[in-house]
Amino acid sequence: MAGYSTLFEALGLTDWCASAKSGGPMSMAELLAKASGKSGETGVWDMPFPSLDVLHESCGAIPRSRDLTAGLETWFLNIKDPMKLVLDPVTQPLSWAIDGALTGIVAVPWWIVIPVFMVLVQLVARSARVTALVALSLLALSLIDHYVYAMQTLAIILVCAFICILIGIPVGIAMSRSDRLRAAILPLLDMMQTLPTFVYLIPLIFLFSVTESKLYGIAIIVYAVVPVIRLTDLGIRLVDKDVLEAADAFGMSKNQKLFGVQIPLALPNIMAGVNQTIMMSLSMVVIASLVSAPGLGALVLRGIAKLELGVGIVAGLGIVILAIILDRVTKAALVRVDRAAKH
Amino acid sequence: MNNQPVPPKLSIRNLYKIFGSNPKAMLPRIKAGLGKQELLVRHQHVLGLEDINVEINAGQITVIMGLSGSGKSTLIRHLNRLIEPTSGEILLDGEDITRLSHDALRRLRQTRMSMVFQKFALLPHRTVLENTALAPTIRGEPGPGVKENARRWLERVGLKGYEENYPHQLSGGMQQRVGIARALCSEAEIMLMDEAFSALDPIIRTDMQSLLLELQRELHKTIVFITHDLDEALRLADHLVVLKDGRIVQQGEPQSIILNPADEYIENFVRDINRARVLRIRSVMAPADAATGRDRIDAGATLEDALERANGAADHIFDVAEDGRVVGTLAMTELFKALVPRHARQREG
Repeated sequence: MAGYSTLFEALGLTDWCASAKSGGPMSMAELLAKASGKSGETGVWDMPFPSLDVLHESCGAIPRSRDLTAGLETWFLNIKDPMKLVLDPVTQPLSWAIDGALTGIVAVPWWIVIPVFMVLVQLVARSARVTALVALSLLALSLIDHYVYAMQTLAIILVCAFICILIGIPVGIAMSRSDRLRAAILPLLDMMQTLPTFVYLIPLIFLFSVTESKLYGIAIIVYAVVPVIRLTDLGIRLVDKDVLEAADAFGMSKNQKLFGVQIPLALPNIMAGVNQTIMMSLSMVVIASLVSAPGLGALVLRGIAKLELGVGIVAGLGIVILAIILDRVTKAALVRVDRAAKH
Repeated sequence: MNNQPVPPKLSIRNLYKIFGSNPKAMLPRIKAGLGKQELLVRHQHVLGLEDINVEINAGQITVIMGLSGSGKSTLIRHLNRLIEPTSGEILLDGEDITRLSHDALRRLRQTRMSMVFQKFALLPHRTVLENTALAPTIRGEPGPGVKENARRWLERVGLKGYEENYPHQLSGGMQQRVGIARALCSEAEIMLMDEAFSALDPIIRTDMQSLLLELQRELHKTIVFITHDLDEALRLADHLVVLKDGRIVQQGEPQSIILNPADEYIENFVRDINRARVLRIRSVMAPADAATGRDRIDAGATLEDALERANGAADHIFDVAEDGRVVGTLAMTELFKALVPRHARQREG
């Protein structure tokens, strides 16, 4: 017994400790201690930190650290079914959207898809150079037979980014209007952004089947929605106070201010958020290939799993190309919006 | 001059504004005589305005003057309740606007009061024409008439041909012309002008003052004008209110403030102005009703005009005429006395 037994004796808690002394599997430390045959008194110098495991040795009523992780797991398994009952129908449209986009983009012949993309890019970015870049990139990817993979990746990104914008902008607006809401949401956003991306996948795998596309859809959205929320909030908060005062002085209603002044003036920031959201979707879609997301990420994963160096690197470079065109298109759109709003 | 008592358009009564976490609780202490400094040090509240009483007459320019921090911008924002008062009343045609509901207040801002800002505050993403038509657009008035009207006001302030430009393409002076056109286009009877010309170069500022006076001669709006510039105040004001530390130090007709400053603060304020150019003969003449056949001069002329007319003769005496009738006499000796600030006069006497 480590030196903490005396402490529990002094506090008169011996009975309480003994009452709950249940077996359970031994910890690795206990096993080692047993094997080396060392037990008994330790000096002050060797006094271990009173962590849960150490205290458990002295007092069985105190849970061990592994009970924490196990408890979390049991808790999650317990709420899994009711959660699924709610989440499954709510998120089902996401599966449909992603599956639809994936089938659709592959079903339509390439000589329609590529021109349609070019027209879209021209409409969004209004820049012949960017449109040419997109055309060249898509043709290059097609030439090395990566057309289908690239299109699958694009389809997933576009669906997820669109949903991110749909969720993110209203949330950002709500945050900009209420300091309390902002204080509540900010830590959540910080967590969503810093939590290692793999961690999202773990609970999702418990909740949904790995074959469902909403599994990675949710992971991508949770990860990528953050910048558009942040920058919508920031953009609206940065709108010139003098201009808002003028809007008030001339009797604008809240909605007139929001749609007539705040959103138009925040648009450059919102667009910067959209750009980041799209880039983050792209980075997540590669990791999402671990849970059956198709596309270039799946090729990268194959490269790693089967040590196919060439496949992995070419697919990786394909992702870089997609990243470049997505970035250039949204940046060009941003510049255009910027010019219109920041007079 | 009109001697009939006309009820004021706007009247501010016992207005107090205290900034801080619990202004209502501080109010009785202020009324009991707690000073601004003590309030700040002991209770962490800032006294913005203290017992303001001003009557603003229809069709006149009321200038509220004070140095920065005197509370003048706070005061003007109470008139359309961009800032809520801690206590007091603001009566517009007898109706207390501090009690208006949210919607009624918005209607009031849309229809009865317009505002011009120091930093112009134009909407940067809308054209000059769209900015000018802001008030009718907010009111939801339909299309072509509104545009036509806005075009007319832009032409009136000298901006014809700039309708489709964006504000950033215009110079500061031109942007403020848009600001004025925007205020006029709302057709509101009251115009609040918050340091409207303070951000402009001196020459442009003088131009804008002339423009405002010219428009006012035609439109007879009720204008509340905030400034820290005494020359501007004297040029524009029909009624001048001098604020210091949130309190009114003196108010009245500008000429009488110059001639009879209430205290040392006002004296210091008016000491450096060009009195010959600001003071009018009406303010310094001795009343009389019979013509003596001497040299006639108009009551509205400045002392400088009289000096010029007298051609240096120190013993010259004028008959002062108003609307063709003699109303007084002006001896050059009186004129010279009026040129010397009161404080200096007292020192010698």
